[in-house]
Amino acid sequence: MLPGHAFEIGRDKPLKLDCGVELAPVTIAYQTYGTLNADRSNAVLVCHALTGDQFCAETHPITGKDGWWDSMIGPGRPVDPADYFIISTNVLGGCMGTTGPASINPDTGKPYGLGLPIITIGDMVRAQARLIDHLGIETLFCVIGGSMGAMQVLEWASSYPDRVFCAVPIAGAARHSAQNIAFHEVGRQAVMADPDWRGGDYAGQKVKPVRGLAVARMAAHITYLSEPALHRKFGRNLQDRAAVTYGFDADFQVESYLRYQGSSFVDRFDANSYLYLTRAMDYFDLAAEHGGVLGNAFKGTKTRFCLVSFTSDWLFPTPETREVVHALNAVAANVSFCEIESDKGHDAFLLDEPEMFAVLGGFLKGCAEHRGLRK
Amino acid sequence: MNQHIPVHTAPLRVDLQLIADMVAPGTRVLDIGCGDGDLLDFLWREKQVDGRGIEISQAGVNAGVTRGLSVIQGNADTDLADFPAGIFDYAILSQTLQATASPRKVLSELVRIGKHAIVSFPNFGHWKVRRHLLLHGRMPVTEALEHSWFDTPNIHLCTISDFVDLCGALDIAIERAITLDGAGQPLTGLKASGALANLFGEQGLFLLTRKKP
Repeated sequence: MLPGHAFEIGRDKPLKLDCGVELAPVTIAYQTYGTLNADRSNAVLVCHALTGDQFCAETHPITGKDGWWDSMIGPGRPVDPADYFIISTNVLGGCMGTTGPASINPDTGKPYGLGLPIITIGDMVRAQARLIDHLGIETLFCVIGGSMGAMQVLEWASSYPDRVFCAVPIAGAARHSAQNIAFHEVGRQAVMADPDWRGGDYAGQKVKPVRGLAVARMAAHITYLSEPALHRKFGRNLQDRAAVTYGFDADFQVESYLRYQGSSFVDRFDANSYLYLTRAMDYFDLAAEHGGVLGNAFKGTKTRFCLVSFTSDWLFPTPETREVVHALNAVAANVSFCEIESDKGHDAFLLDEPEMFAVLGGFLKGCAEHRGLRK
Repeated sequence: MNQHIPVHTAPLRVDLQLIADMVAPGTRVLDIGCGDGDLLDFLWREKQVDGRGIEISQAGVNAGVTRGLSVIQGNADTDLADFPAGIFDYAILSQTLQATASPRKVLSELVRIGKHAIVSFPNFGHWKVRRHLLLHGRMPVTEALEHSWFDTPNIHLCTISDFVDLCGALDIAIERAITLDGAGQPLTGLKASGALANLFGEQGLFLLTRKKP
């Protein structure tokens, strides 16, 4: 049993999915930090990336590692529980307590597997909105997230403009690029090529498609880094040996590192969830949902935006963020945009980036002032 | 909750203060080339202005956002076209026009997106500039124009008279003009868009609007 809270969307009011299916019951697992103030105006919703979860600012109950955004959320951090009521959910389709392919389908008594309808970023956000309703919060002070989290932030700002006072999409885009869809397809094919995947019906089996999922993770992990970061960390250094072995062992440190990343990932992540969540990102295209004009997604918005990108991020490169900035300018939105100098690639948003913390700390303080949270 | 007591706003550079004086309270302002955001911060604190900034240097953008201002990275030549017409009450371009690739286009954009535009620039017609070129026969380097010709960002310098002519050609009305001396103080007693201003002003500061058709 995982720590934290759970909210259930009942059969009386099912969740309408983009694919047309009405899904119920739906469980949303979430964590909170800090205290909701009297006028319920200090709530911050944290949206996690593809393989993140609700345990953003505490020791992870399964891995024992620090929360994935401990650097951003915590005492003295930009998102400080002393100031804000912080809500972090596990996304719809995930595997950390929220309804996903590994959850039991109440109609069959068995895990959904591929029987779960396809989930979109919009579906994730609608599910979160139901939780926010349940918590009695009319307007979120801030919605913040990186990568797939940034997609949710943009979706929130577009679908619920009156419920988001400020929005912080980091290292994101308004649509998933062809190159990114291609990388995701490689990952999915790796999972599906594993005979232990069994067409998605591996629940209850002794073995799971861990080899396929590990390969998917290894390939994806490369896209989260950058050539300079890999070079700095590993170069062509050999792993515990003086010379190459003329074989296919992990001679190089970088190979050993990737193998470790792959094998540790499968302990905490469900292979089918990986398929569903990568698909949700692939389908995301905010402009397409608004007549092909991205600006239409934000027409009349009063939300204050702060977009952040990183110079070495080639998965969600700066021009994709700039496209969102241009669209927001076209509707005269209140927008800030910072590109942070970093050689750490896409993963920089999870790492110690003092300039990002300074910028976001300042942005949130300014917004808090405008919101009347600070005098 | 931390107590944030707004310390009294630091005094602005004199020329920025003159610009700030032109801005009506509670309006919406775009400051192009906003640097660290001194003017925007002042306008927000003292005049409750809804301000946005565009700044070319990443360090400037980050400094502005860190202090709670809305700033994007960009420049006057490429990033004004996104904005709808008349969306700002004032579009401010301070000491930047001479560094743009297309001053004519930028000036048109300023009066398109702003109901008013506020533009300041170093006057290449100033007597020191004229003297420098006359006596030395070399590109003028003065207190206001401190770069050598080979590393100056100022690729489109103009005189006050040139600027007034361009405004005329673009159907831009000059609502107010102020001539500034080397310290950024206003020079009084001369017509701010006239020949004497063009000789004695080190900077020109103009409040502009598009002439109604």
